[in-house]
Amino acid sequence: MSGQVTSISGATVCVDLADLKIGDRVLVGSSRLTGEVVRLDGRIATVQVFEENRGLGIGETVTSAKGPLTVHLGPGLLGGIFDGLQRPLSLLQQGSGDFIASGQNPFPLDCTRSWAFSSERQSGDQVRVGETFGKVKEGHIDHLLMSPHAGVLEQLHTGKLQLEHPAAVLAGGQPLHGWHSWPVRKARPYRQKLQPTAPLITGQRCLDFLFPLLKGGVAIVPGGFGTGKTVLEQTIAKFADVDVVVYVGCGERGNEMAGLLDEFGELEDPRSKRPLMERTIVVANTSNMPVAARESSIFTAVTMAEYYRDMGLDVLFLADSLSRWAEALREISAALEEMPGEDGYPTYLGSRLSGFIERAGVVETLSAGQGSLSMILAVSPPGADFAEPVTQACLRVAGALYMLDTQLAHRRHFPAINWTQSFSLYSDTALAHFSEQHGEWAKLQARCRDLLQREDALREVAEVVGMEGLQDGDRLLMRTAEKIRLDFLCQNSFTEDAYTSPESTIEHIAALIEEHDRLAAALDGGALLDDLLKEAADAPR
Amino acid sequence: MRLAEHQYRSVSAIRGPLLFLERVFAARLGELVRIETPDGRSLTGEVLKISAGQVLIQVFGGTQGLDTRHTTVSFSDTVMQAPLGDGVLGRVFDGSFRPLDDLPMFIPEFRMPVIGAPINPVARTHPVEFIETGFSTIDGLNTLVKGQKLPIFTCAGLPAREITDQLLRQARLPDGGPFALVFVALGLTHFEYQFYRQTLEHMQSRFVAFINLADDPVVERLLAPRLALTVAEDLAFRQEMDVLVIITDMTNYCDALREISTAREELPGRRGYPGHMYSDLASLYERAGRIHGRKGSVTLLPTVTMPEDDITHPIPDLTGYITEGQIVLSRELQQKGIYPPVDVLPSLSRLMQHGIGKGQTRKDHRDLANRLYRAYAKGCDLRRLEAVVGRDGMLAEDRQLLDFSTRFEADFVHQGKQRRSIDETLDIAQALLDKFREVAR
Repeated sequence: MSGQVTSISGATVCVDLADLKIGDRVLVGSSRLTGEVVRLDGRIATVQVFEENRGLGIGETVTSAKGPLTVHLGPGLLGGIFDGLQRPLSLLQQGSGDFIASGQNPFPLDCTRSWAFSSERQSGDQVRVGETFGKVKEGHIDHLLMSPHAGVLEQLHTGKLQLEHPAAVLAGGQPLHGWHSWPVRKARPYRQKLQPTAPLITGQRCLDFLFPLLKGGVAIVPGGFGTGKTVLEQTIAKFADVDVVVYVGCGERGNEMAGLLDEFGELEDPRSKRPLMERTIVVANTSNMPVAARESSIFTAVTMAEYYRDMGLDVLFLADSLSRWAEALREISAALEEMPGEDGYPTYLGSRLSGFIERAGVVETLSAGQGSLSMILAVSPPGADFAEPVTQACLRVAGALYMLDTQLAHRRHFPAINWTQSFSLYSDTALAHFSEQHGEWAKLQARCRDLLQREDALREVAEVVGMEGLQDGDRLLMRTAEKIRLDFLCQNSFTEDAYTSPESTIEHIAALIEEHDRLAAALDGGALLDDLLKEAADAPR
Repeated sequence: MRLAEHQYRSVSAIRGPLLFLERVFAARLGELVRIETPDGRSLTGEVLKISAGQVLIQVFGGTQGLDTRHTTVSFSDTVMQAPLGDGVLGRVFDGSFRPLDDLPMFIPEFRMPVIGAPINPVARTHPVEFIETGFSTIDGLNTLVKGQKLPIFTCAGLPAREITDQLLRQARLPDGGPFALVFVALGLTHFEYQFYRQTLEHMQSRFVAFINLADDPVVERLLAPRLALTVAEDLAFRQEMDVLVIITDMTNYCDALREISTAREELPGRRGYPGHMYSDLASLYERAGRIHGRKGSVTLLPTVTMPEDDITHPIPDLTGYITEGQIVLSRELQQKGIYPPVDVLPSLSRLMQHGIGKGQTRKDHRDLANRLYRAYAKGCDLRRLEAVVGRDGMLAEDRQLLDFSTRFEADFVHQGKQRRSIDETLDIAQALLDKFREVAR
């Protein structure tokens, strides 16, 4: 079946082709550009083209790929670097050199690579949809192969498996491959959603201590430019205690992606001691790559993340930044001449966003395991104004807010997380967990918040009367709060300080507060602060 | 490939820089067209949109004198391309690549589409090599590296022109490899043009200039940076030069974008700028970079004038989200007589971390920069306190920090028209820190 291009307006192309469905993938023009059907009107379908389409002419041929936009799921995704359509960037480079040319469709998985296949199932066994029929070893993880079909196993492969050959055959001749494809816009199924309970350790003292996240939870990180969103996301990608990290560079800087790829290639996963890249999947759709592919990139990435979740793993999904995705949505919506909502964003921004964010969570998988998908999503509000639609829409569904503060960033306080306005709805659950290890956790957290809050109030007083005019007790408090801010909350991502274990975090803050209490008691006993500080400075370390 | 050139005389409407053509048999998106005006002039244009036989064309050059009856449009079957070759060096062109220096057009060796393809992220290498600008505030505290894009945020009335001019004269590679400057002026006044012309005439290094004057066609403001970047990519990645592209002023570019977008009746976004401005700016800025296995680099230094001195205005805001840092000029420093009036607190070079230290600048660079920054930030905070309680009401240490901030502005930030090498910059930093050893730790 083929039709032809009837009109072109930027990346929005109308084609005359019968029997298309909404969401179908089509190949447009002589260079076979990938597009997706977004609107139907009689025989005329409106197609959003995912690639640069300059030079496309009217009358050129269009063919249907007979199915929706999908990703290919199988062993070999870990360590991969893909664009927003899951095309491996290294294969694109082989195809068109250092600059990306349109119209390439390489298969994302390596079909010739051999995998050590094993199975606990036997022929004659019944398999349900989504149930495991075998596994291969992918780096440090057991990569479960899940059946997309139900039936009775007839044949099972043994030994080395290559993806081009079937791993098993069902009665009736249906082959089961080591890979299958899945529509990106459809959430992968599970038996049921469970309540998140386990904390996700990021290694960031400020987050783990004050605003903990749970495995299966969602945090958003809004911040103006220069507040360190990307550095924070990348640092968490390095140290988070999860099995798999999916990192999406959505409409961001190419040089940053290059930096991430260089660094992740060299670094070691602190837990498995294997190259960090082996647990990471990168989806890179930089700001100068086509807008429609930027819109699809987060769906491509989240589908891959769900696939690893379905193996019973803990997966962390990091997106930088969701605002770029929303802007892509806005550009596409404007090209379709839809009625705009707030700030020009389409009115379905909120529902589309919550549909996406709800793909996070802890689930009981179809093969009866338990997996989690957590999300940390950067948001780039225009003019650092948090009242804008994307931040607000995210806030309605996210469980934690890590607000990055321009003022803190200007003072080089990194991570620039504002401790008064950030929050975590997971705090109580996480505290229950942490308190098992360290009974004082909740108490220390409350003390720390209290000190920081009182410092804010005192600073206003100090601005009027000067530090000289403050009481010793207040000056001590200012000193402790400053230490908490500079030594504890500030954390340098470029040194060994980048990761702190929960044990060291709690020890650190406990020591600071213990010193404060000791000095405060001495002041109560009539000592002078200046003498106490001098003593402390002279004391042998 | 079409075999015969086809021509039309079916213009149905002309709206601003846009031309509507009916009953077109074949057209491509982005196709270059030639337009013959009734009085015999020839203009070029580009296909923006095609629907059911109607084609929307953006005209480069003014639409003055066009009509619907006699105007002829011929289709070229190719997209807009830039002529390239060695002959481009040392030349001055207008926004449509016509020579402005009274010399004949050079003979192009080949042509490339002006809309560059994106660099594959896996082909990029991380920028790490230092470029010396001769300004202490940039080299010392907001170091520029090859392949970076670092805008200068200025306000009306601040000496951005002088700074740009000095950058043109002073920028150099510490190792002295092949280096070229590409200068793009958008919406430049004649007054400013005279100023830059003198500089261009005496340029020592190799350069190419694209000049769009304030009374030149607005559409060419969108074209000129793309021509320039295509030239820069060729110089960098084929001829293996390190290329520094200086664009002034991106605010005029964005205003041109808004003008065209309004004529196309697109939905206006913040302050009337189109919703796709982020992607559009990214398609320029992201052309900066370095590539694995190739010697050259494209580094971008755009100037942005912040309307109403507002850094949250869409133009500086979107720019800041794409670029790797920013250099911010301050009216307050200007009034204190400090030149260049760079406010280092909101300024930032994101790629500085890798571009400084041993093997790049000097071993002590990072430490000096951190200490200067910390002490100056503290000092500036204390100025507010000083305004309330007076100097006498402050701790001795705080008074010293105040003095430090003043000296920092006078000795380090202020350098007049003098060029400073990185060693001189770091020596001044060291001397300053030594003098205030107790407070600038």
